[in-house]
Amino acid sequence: MSTGTNIRVGMDVVAVHQVADSVARFGTRYLQRIYTEHELSSCAGSPTIRAAGLAARFAAKEATIKVLRPVGHQPDWRSVEVRRQSGGFCTMALSGHAAELADQAGIADLAVSLTHEGDVAAAVVVALCHSGADAVEQSGVPVVPVHCGGAE
Amino acid sequence: MMDETIRNILAEHGHLSVDVAKIRDEDDLYQVGLTSHASVNVMLSLEDEFDVEFPEAMLRKSTFESIAAIRIALSKLTGP
Repeated sequence: MSTGTNIRVGMDVVAVHQVADSVARFGTRYLQRIYTEHELSSCAGSPTIRAAGLAARFAAKEATIKVLRPVGHQPDWRSVEVRRQSGGFCTMALSGHAAELADQAGIADLAVSLTHEGDVAAAVVVALCHSGADAVEQSGVPVVPVHCGGAE
Repeated sequence: MMDETIRNILAEHGHLSVDVAKIRDEDDLYQVGLTSHASVNVMLSLEDEFDVEFPEAMLRKSTFESIAAIRIALSKLTGP
């Protein structure tokens, strides 16, 4: 039996030095093409610390896009935003085409976890969907309903 | 000339797992190591070299999936 509730999971890994190289090579054009003002203000500190935060955010954006499963053009990178909350944890905020894709998929909630260590930054995104479309699209076998945990 | 520039940019920014010289025009670049982040760098470098800007509508994986696809995209942006 299916309740029409299912989950999607996306993850991504980014090399921190590649982000640092991009900032050094393309500067503001790279930063403003990919990250929102909030994300940039959330990543303060030395160039290395900043690059690690930006790399984790890029991983979160890519992980979210994997969850959204776009067919055709990708959402603008800035329409998939990592919001740092006052408690220190992060959430995802979608706008534009990304928000439309989430609506189409019946995504009711997104949870994200970011991490970085040394040259590796990574993120996992879990989406709670209510559409029920995923439950049968792959195999015809209903998906067991689950509940998503928080992002902390 | 365009193909040579594309290949040079892929060699510098693509972080590919194989020698760019061995990649055929139609080969899938994602299958030889092109990541989303590397594709951003490739895009920005292409914009620098060809004095163009990729609009949001062209920001899709298929735009950068092969040398041939990149050439077609650039041709649309640079005109005849």
